[in-house]
Formats: sequence, structure tokens, C-alpha cells
Amino acid sequence: MAAYQLQINGKKINAEAAADMPLLWVIRDIVGLKGTKYGCGIAQCGACTIHIDGSPVRSCQIPISTLSKKAKITTIEGIGEIELHAIQEAWIEEQVPQCGYCQSGQIMSAVALLKENPQPTDEEIVASMNGNLCRCGTYSRIHNGIKKAAIALKEGTTSPSNNK
Amino acid sequence: MKHSANSRRFFIKTSALAGVGLVIGLPKLQGEALKSITKNLPPEFINLEINPFIIIRTDGSITLINPRPDMGQGSMQAAPSLLAEELEVSLEKVTIIQSDGQSKYGSQQSGGSSTVRGLWYPLRKAGAAAKEMLIQVAASRWATSTDLCFAKDATIYLKNSDKSFSYGELAEDAAKLPVPKNPKLKNPADFTLLGKYNKRLDIPSKVTGKAVFGIDIEVPGMVYACIQHSPTIHASIITVDDTQSLLVKGVEKVIRCKRTMPHRQSDAVAVVASTWWAAQKGRSLLNVKWDDGQLALTQTTDAYFQKAYNAAKKEGVRHEEKGDFLAKFNSASAKLEAVYETPFLAHAPIEPECAVVHYKEDGTAEIWAHVQGPDGGLADAARFLGIDQDKIKFHVPLLGGSFGRKAYHDYLSEACFLAKELKKPVKVLWTREDDITQGPYRPGMLSRVQGMVSNGKLTGFHHHAIGESIVGQVFNGLKPDEADPWLSGELSTENNQYQFPVSKVSWTHVKTDIPIVWWRSVYASNFGWGQECFIDELAHLAGKDPLEARLAILKDERFRKVLETLAEKANWKEKLPAGKGKGLAIFASFGSISACCITVSTSGKGIIIEKAVSVIDCGHYVNPDNVVAQTQGNIVMGISAAIKDGITFSNGKCDQTNYHEYQVLRMNETPEMEVHIIQSGAEPGGVGEPGLPPVAPALGNAIFAATGIRLRRLPIDISSIS
Repeated sequence: MAAYQLQINGKKINAEAAADMPLLWVIRDIVGLKGTKYGCGIAQCGACTIHIDGSPVRSCQIPISTLSKKAKITTIEGIGEIELHAIQEAWIEEQVPQCGYCQSGQIMSAVALLKENPQPTDEEIVASMNGNLCRCGTYSRIHNGIKKAAIALKEGTTSPSNNK
Repeated sequence: MKHSANSRRFFIKTSALAGVGLVIGLPKLQGEALKSITKNLPPEFINLEINPFIIIRTDGSITLINPRPDMGQGSMQAAPSLLAEELEVSLEKVTIIQSDGQSKYGSQQSGGSSTVRGLWYPLRKAGAAAKEMLIQVAASRWATSTDLCFAKDATIYLKNSDKSFSYGELAEDAAKLPVPKNPKLKNPADFTLLGKYNKRLDIPSKVTGKAVFGIDIEVPGMVYACIQHSPTIHASIITVDDTQSLLVKGVEKVIRCKRTMPHRQSDAVAVVASTWWAAQKGRSLLNVKWDDGQLALTQTTDAYFQKAYNAAKKEGVRHEEKGDFLAKFNSASAKLEAVYETPFLAHAPIEPECAVVHYKEDGTAEIWAHVQGPDGGLADAARFLGIDQDKIKFHVPLLGGSFGRKAYHDYLSEACFLAKELKKPVKVLWTREDDITQGPYRPGMLSRVQGMVSNGKLTGFHHHAIGESIVGQVFNGLKPDEADPWLSGELSTENNQYQFPVSKVSWTHVKTDIPIVWWRSVYASNFGWGQECFIDELAHLAGKDPLEARLAILKDERFRKVLETLAEKANWKEKLPAGKGKGLAIFASFGSISACCITVSTSGKGIIIEKAVSVIDCGHYVNPDNVVAQTQGNIVMGISAAIKDGITFSNGKCDQTNYHEYQVLRMNETPEMEVHIIQSGAEPGGVGEPGLPPVAPALGNAIFAATGIRLRRLPIDISSIS
């Protein structure tokens, strides 16, 4: 067990955990942020996707002791805190979620995609999102939601701070 | 629905005046006792329960109870919509809460695609009855007839005047009235909510991470349990060496426990710890010696299918027969027979199984479990804990997918067992490996089919269904000469409406120790494959287009409309280039009719699934976009079931352990999809499942059309077809 100082969603958080506890379980059970989900533990499903310094990563694969002290962690709770992100707006517009369990991970992957590539092609969307499983089968709506969000960001019909 | 339509209740909830916002329920109070409590309460705290599903407060706020847990199928919106339409309230202005298992809500099982069609009349009547009671109060206050009053937007208005009362102003007096037994229901032509596109109000919380699922439940003082089950599922424990487990920081205890399935119990070992991570680490360090008995030999999918294929050579138990099928088959000159095979499948919802149980010192219990039916959960928990149902408070959080799995309460039984041992709240969480390797599963089944044609028409069909029975294994309720009622209903000619001059449905029960349960669309998912691929084979034998061959033996107008609409929307008659093919299938299940057309293409090595068009006739529906969403989900799951490896057991153990071995469809494998809803205005049919059964056979038939290759075993490896 050791004490770790984490930067999550812009706040400094202290967490005491075993060195090998994956960041997923630190976030969920020690810090208490439940939006990031467990689905497989072997990076196959993407439900645990968060951002480290803006890049999407599988939090189930990161033992807490290997995390850099400077790492800026963003979870789903840190997306759209003041105003919903264009992706979140598009998800509501397209009625993407069914059970909703995989959607935190889907949204984290989608937000990272648009930050990196604001106008992705269909192929680029599929390549980026393919690691996120959805058992309810919402893939076509996810795809349409990303395209819709990309258009909204391009046309400025959403806040400029939205694509952070 | 069991709630008494004739009862009337004052149901008072008080708020703990410390301002925490905790609401405590009190039993029914009357007369002086009621007055003495209510006189000190602010009026807005008086809730008036019109019936179990509708609570109207004197401040005008309205709560609707959703009796059926939401596993993504949208019951959280759909069931309250039935109340809201007749009660004339807008869903944006009410609070919706999930029922807690009490019998006053009637059946609360989400499953069998039964929520909307089962509650279409009962909940509409509840809403209409409440509205009539409110109108009665208003009319009497205005000293006028009820005919001159009407309800709109939580208000009763007096026609041709500016007089009105809000529901909150009327509720206290309305609750004193007898509940009308036969309230007048709206004409569907006057619906303002039902049948219309509405945004699902649960979606915003699902895009912000705020939605609470079973796995997210936290209770003060809670410990976590990770359970080591027998790899062969039913083995018994010889020894447990927990020395290494107990050394893990955070691990508190290692306890032997039981996994209680509906039909049998299996040994298991629980590692209990202060964090989930420590519990699962401790579990990984357990050294358990198991006595597998003969399971390594007997509990294999090879052994099961071998028995099934042997049974395919013999006669089964006759369930239904029209004419003398065997005689006609034997004398027919143009005939076929074949065996179709479907594998065992896992549900694999992204959220694995989880339950939190707190068995308290006063002998009561509180439970949080994502079951498909809190009434069933409550009944099972009462048995597991050995206490009366009314001593248990049962909360149902959202289900992160289920497809049938979470209606099987083994994970709940483990939490109940440990809760009694530990006397503190305990969360049992299954790992993904537990979910994949322990089942229960959709059973693999065989269709042994025979049929004949004459003069270009299909003239006979025998469907001999072979495999394990849910009624038999799960409920121990199958008589030796009886066909499993769940599957015989799917195969009967009354269900498929095909007008064969002779036909037969028969069945052979082949048992397995591999645990099974209903999976999305249950046996329809197995037998749609055999039925609709073989109808296609017969059509080709008869020299007929598969659409025309079906229409020639279907008289039912609804079936014909579904097929004709599919043919139009999927451009069935389109001339396709070489290497491209379309296949179709139609299947009736759970009160609805659905057909699917799939287009595939091949360039010589491997098949690409280009497009799926589905048509569904589900009669009256609540939200068209939700019907589309469910059908899209069914297409994805149906294709996944058709082309991805199923579950196999070797040496008594499941061969697949996680999503890398038990693969499910991803975005890159999802074709373009179209869904069309028939506006039949018929009695509501199911929506959650009916879209799935026609998908696999549509694919099989498309592959035949494109390549001439007839496949009869699922899964299909589409990358290797050439």
C-alpha cells in the first residue's frame, strides 16, 4: 500500500492503494468516481477508457504505481462539466445509448478521436472506435453521433471550448 | 396484474425533518392516527397514492412507478408512458422510480418481450382510473357533470370557462374515492404520447457517467467478495489452501460458499476483502482441489452434440401433426432432409453479474441487485436468507445489459449466503471470466428437417427439434413425453402460418449438465436458422424464388404484408452482379412478426455482409425510435451469433474465458442497417427480441444466393468462404 497523488479532472486527489491496483479500480473504488466501468480487465472491451494527457487509454491496464506523477487524468465525469461536449449532445440527439453501460468508454474514445482528428472519415471513425464493444448494438448510432458532433464543431454550433 | 382495483389507500410518506431528504415509508394510516401525524407536516410532504403506480403530492408533483427493470430495452420510459398517456401528464414533468419487488405491482419480470404488450391495458387502465377520480372531484366542486370536465397536462378543466384545478389540488379528495373498475381508455387515434417519437429521458444520465448500475452500488461498511467457482462448474471441493490468499493486504476472510442455481447447488470459495482488487487478487492465489467426478468426460459440447446427432436419426416425441407426414414424405418424388446446428452462446453483457446484500442484526435485509424482475429476486432472496419477503427491501439499479442472464439469480444467492455469514453489507462481483466460463448459456440445438415440393409448391415440412430444455433443466418441469412449451410454441404452424398440406413438429430432449437459460429470443434464435434456411432449400428445389415460394403458402395478411414490405424496401427483385446475393427470412415470435433481408458480396475469398434490412410488425408500440433501436440491436446480436465462435466445453471446462476468445460483433463488422415498422395497429407485440431470429437464416440464404454454398452449421466463418 502506498499513497499516491493523482490529478483527476483538474483536481488533486490523494489515494492510498496497493502498487498493482489498476487505475480503473483506484478511480472507481478509492476515489469513488463510478462513471468509468469494468467490462473485461484485459483491454478487450474499452469500457474502462479514460484520458491521460488527453489520449485515450485502458485504465484496467495501468497499475497505479506506474502512473507518472504529472499525468493529467480525465474521466467521463470531467467531460462536459459546465456545458455538454458536442459528442454528448450528439449522443442525446441521436439517442445512442440503450443500457448505457459501455457509453462512458465510447464517449471517451470519441472525444479523443475528434480532438486528434476533427473531421474523421468513416474508415477513421471505425478504426478509432473499434476497440469499444457494445453488446446492445448501438454502433451505427455511435458512428452517426460522431459525424454529427464533427459537423457541429466545424460549424461552430457548439462552444469553442467544447473540443478540449 | 395483481393489485386490487377496488382498494383505496392513503399512503403517507414523511421526510426526516433533519433535512437529509430521506423518505421513510409508513404503513397505511387512518382516522385520528392519520390526522395526528399529518397536522404537523408541511402539505407538500403528503403523498397520495392513487394506485400503486401513481403518486400525486398536494404540491402537484407526480411520481410514476416503473414496474419493469430497464436493461436497455427502454422500459423505464415505455411503461410510465402507458400511465402518462391516460393520466394526461407529460413525462418531462414527472419523476419515474423503479419498483422494489412488492407484490402490489404485479408481475415485474422484464423478459419475454412482454413489458409493453403485458402492461398495455393494465397500466393504461391505472392511468385512466386515476384521471376519472380526479375529474370526479373537480366536477363535484364545480357542482357540474363530469362530461363537462376534461384533463390536460396534469390539470382538470371545466369546458367553456376559465376554471381549472391542478392535480395536486384534487389529489387529497380523489384518494378518498373508490377506484373505477372499467375506466374509459383513449382511442389510439387520440394518443399524444404513445406511438410518437419521444426522446428517452434516461439518456442524458448515460452520457455523463451519472447513471447507476448494479456494479456501482456502494453501501457504508461494505466488503467485497470475489468467488472461485469450480472450473467444471459442478465439481465438489476436496481441499482449499488459502494461505497465500490470506497474506494479501485487505483480504479479511476466505469462506466456503454455495452457488445456488435454480436446479442444483455447486461448491464455491469466496475471498472477502476491503477492496475488490484485493478480493480478486486473493482469489487468484487460492489453491483449490476439486473432485470433478466424470465431468471431464461427460460435460463436453462434443458429447452433447453427438447425442443430439444420434437422436436426429430417430423419431422424436410428436408435438403436432397435420395429415400423415411420414407417408407423404416417403412417397414424395421431390424431397429433402437435412440437419441444422446452432452452438451454445454466452450472453456476455458488458456489465458482469453483481449483487449487494446487507443482512441486518434485526433480521431484516436490504438488497441492491440488477435482476430482470425484483419480484422474482425478492422471492429468491427470501428463500436464500430464510426470512419473509416483507422483511426485505429490494432495490433494482440499472442493468448494464442482460439478454436473459441476470434473471438467473445464482450471483444473488452467493451474496445472500455471504451476507448472513459476515453480517455486514457484501458486494459479490463476478469477473468477466466468471461470466464467460460459468454460464448459464443459450443451449446449442439441432433442427432435423424434412420437406417436399410438388409442382413448384412447398407441400410438406417436418421440424424435429433436438436438444436441452429450459423447462426441463432449469425448472425440472418437463414430462418425458412432453415437448418443451417454450420451443414448441415457436415451431408450430399456428406460429409460422405456413400452409403446408402436411406438416409435423417433433422433439427429442437431450440433456446436458452445462447450465442453460433463456438468451435473447430463446429457442427462436436456434430454430429460426433451421426453419428459414430449409424453407429456402425447398424453394430452390421447387424452382421458385424464395420470396414467391413463401408467399404462395402464406395467407395471413400480416405475414404477407411484412414480406411484401421487406421485398420492396430491400429491393428484392434487383438484378445483382455475380458474387453478390440477397437472402431473406421471416419469423414470428413473442407476439410480433419480423423479416430480414441481408445482402452479401464475395470477391472469391471471404464474404462481406453489406446491408441488413429488417421489417417488424409489433402492432401498437410506444416509441418508434426505440423499436428501431431494439431491432438494430437484434441485427447486431443476430449477426454476432451467426458468425462468431460459440461456447464450447472440452474436458468438462469452458474453452473460452474472455472477450478475446468469446468474440462479439464490433463496429467494423456491423453492416449498413435499415429498419421499417409496419403500422398495423394490431394488439401490441414484443419488441426486444423478435428482430433477432430471422437474421442468421437471412445471412445463410444470402450466402447461398451469392456463392451456391449451403451452410447448415453455425457459426459461419465468413472469412473462409470462397
